[in-house]
Amino acid sequence: MTISIDPQETNNESLQPKGWLRYFSFSLDHKVIGIQYLVCGFLFYLIGGTLASAIRIELASPMSDFMPRDVYNQVLTLHGTIMIFLWIVPVVNGAFGNYLIPFYVGARDMAFPRLNAVAFWLIPPSGLMLVASYFVEGAAQAGWTAYPPLSITTPQSGQIIWILSVLLLGGSSIFGGINFIATIIKLRRPGLKLMQLPMYCWAMLGTSLLVVLSTPVLAGTLILLSFDIIANTGFFNPVLGGNVVVYQHLFWFYSHPAVYIMVLPAFGLVSEILPVHARKPLFGYTTMVFSIMGIVVLGLVVWAHHMFTSGTPPWMRLFFTIATAFIAVPTGIKFFNWVATLWGGKISINSAMLFSCGFIINFVFGGITGVALAQVPFDIHVHDTYFVVAHFHYIVYGGTVFIIFSSIYHWFPKVTGKMLNEKLGILHFIITFIGFNLCFAPQHWLGLNGMPRRVAEYDPQFQFVNQISSLGALLMAISTIPFLINVFLSVRNGKNAGDNPWNALTPEWLTSSPPPVENWEGEAPLVEEPYGYGKEISEKK
Amino acid sequence: MTTLDSSKEIQKNNSEVNETHEDFRMFGLITFLIADGMTFAGFFAAYLTYKAVNPLPDGAIYELELPIPTLNTILLLVSSATFHKAGKALLKDKNSDSQKWLFFTAFLGIIFLICQLFEYFHLPFGLTDNLFASTFYALTGFHGLHVTLGTLMILIIAWQSRINGGRLTSHNMFPLEAVELYWHFVDGIWVVLFIILYLL
Repeated sequence: MTISIDPQETNNESLQPKGWLRYFSFSLDHKVIGIQYLVCGFLFYLIGGTLASAIRIELASPMSDFMPRDVYNQVLTLHGTIMIFLWIVPVVNGAFGNYLIPFYVGARDMAFPRLNAVAFWLIPPSGLMLVASYFVEGAAQAGWTAYPPLSITTPQSGQIIWILSVLLLGGSSIFGGINFIATIIKLRRPGLKLMQLPMYCWAMLGTSLLVVLSTPVLAGTLILLSFDIIANTGFFNPVLGGNVVVYQHLFWFYSHPAVYIMVLPAFGLVSEILPVHARKPLFGYTTMVFSIMGIVVLGLVVWAHHMFTSGTPPWMRLFFTIATAFIAVPTGIKFFNWVATLWGGKISINSAMLFSCGFIINFVFGGITGVALAQVPFDIHVHDTYFVVAHFHYIVYGGTVFIIFSSIYHWFPKVTGKMLNEKLGILHFIITFIGFNLCFAPQHWLGLNGMPRRVAEYDPQFQFVNQISSLGALLMAISTIPFLINVFLSVRNGKNAGDNPWNALTPEWLTSSPPPVENWEGEAPLVEEPYGYGKEISEKK
Repeated sequence: MTTLDSSKEIQKNNSEVNETHEDFRMFGLITFLIADGMTFAGFFAAYLTYKAVNPLPDGAIYELELPIPTLNTILLLVSSATFHKAGKALLKDKNSDSQKWLFFTAFLGIIFLICQLFEYFHLPFGLTDNLFASTFYALTGFHGLHVTLGTLMILIIAWQSRINGGRLTSHNMFPLEAVELYWHFVDGIWVVLFIILYLL
């Protein structure tokens, strides 16, 4: 059976609001939904960033003088939850995925446009609910991991709102994942083979598999946790005969893959950006594809490396250490492929390229500390210290957020038809890169010397290094200013970009900027070599 | 699931109005059911871990009896067969037969739920009595929620397969096929649940 597409039902322009109003509507256009994800995510990034600044102000002095201890716990919980579930996951999956995947597979929209809009519109209410929980009886205090028994004993209303909010966001994520899998597998343009897809499609396919397989487990776990809190059952409450370690297993079965859900799409995006600005084909396409799938498979069986101090038996420690170390292999392959893509390329130094290179530098550092953390003796020493905080932020901020900014610089001309200002962009990169490394590099030292994480007060001997870290955080906060100025100025007065300012070969650049409602006038182009840079020159020789 | 395979021919047409594509709604549903199955897998894993690690405290009561759940298993298995009959009937354009089979399936689903409630009221333990009691109610309750939703959906498609003005015909089988797949899924989960919870 085939379905005929009725334009009345999908994207009829006369039925949809026009101009900026459509960004506030239940639009079914994948491009509008992508921008909705991005802007909504960025607003939550500003909130999460404000909370991060509050944390660093508090930690500039050893005593809890800026805010009371329980408020500090709420702030760190909200910071973690907002940044992960409302900024990184929706933006790096939802925003760029929705905008780019239909172009890459040669489709007019996602496979399930209505489900797509539902998935987005679950996000603002749950995010607002989460932020508002601070004003009820205090927000959740148990960190983004919500480990029981802590999450059972802290004030309940905030924790319950937190659970509801994360459940809704998980649902949104699952709907998105189903949509991406169906779009990439089923909605490809006739004649387009899987191995001709741009790398971001593969990254999103892998990510969506992880979303579909692991997010439901988190949902089930949180439902059990809410029973413990509301109905006084004892699943995770040792007093009532429950088992806290079961929660940790189930939680990390989602939350370790969640790290790949956050970082795999960034791998895909950087694989799109580097070839364009280095004017070279992506090095090792096939190995890239297999590395992504390898990471997906291995990513599902390494979760217990977060639990080496939870009384795990020796065989489990051995298994999960080895499995985690194995992940370094596909990740290393990807890293070398990116370097090889740059090698001998005609590199343009622009903001997109700088952020991508910043990503490579930060990511290899975060990767090395990651392999170190997988080793049981080392992990037991630095568990729950600032070393873990530093490692995590090197992966997620130094990795994914750098790529989000890089992607914004790269695709802004496509979305708006206007160029961003390069000088402000480079200023943004320099402040971000210095601020980020100044903020998080010293935290490795703090962790190795035993400063615990998630505590408002610390030993006064750590004050100087903490102040350096706080200075870095200040720079990171300042770095948002040139970016915002740049975006607002460029949307109004930016230089006209034309359809393809970077002379890129991937399909989204083969239509007008901004693209028409159904992506192409007439038939979608068949792009067999999305990375065929330099081919025409070598053929001429 | 014949709809998935028989649809390889895709019209290529420049005029946008006539563009067609393959029907992948079933594909989306299968992906969703895999996700849903993972929720159950998480619950089962938790239950089995409890069974392996956490002993039942002294004096705690956790006893299950087999007759009602065995009856329930038979009810669900029969309902899967009757649902299949409904699909066959609709394919032959026998809408009233199809509707009868659907109502019978929904009836079996409701009987299942009533039996389940009967079991709940006669068990010697409550939700918060001990860890295994809680897990039992969480697992069967979550499955019961699925059965409730399934029964509601069956009643909706039974209404839609009416002869005058119903949306379901042999040309529009998807709603029936989708609910059927969901129902078989819920059925399969019950069999696993029955083995793990009652027999192990």
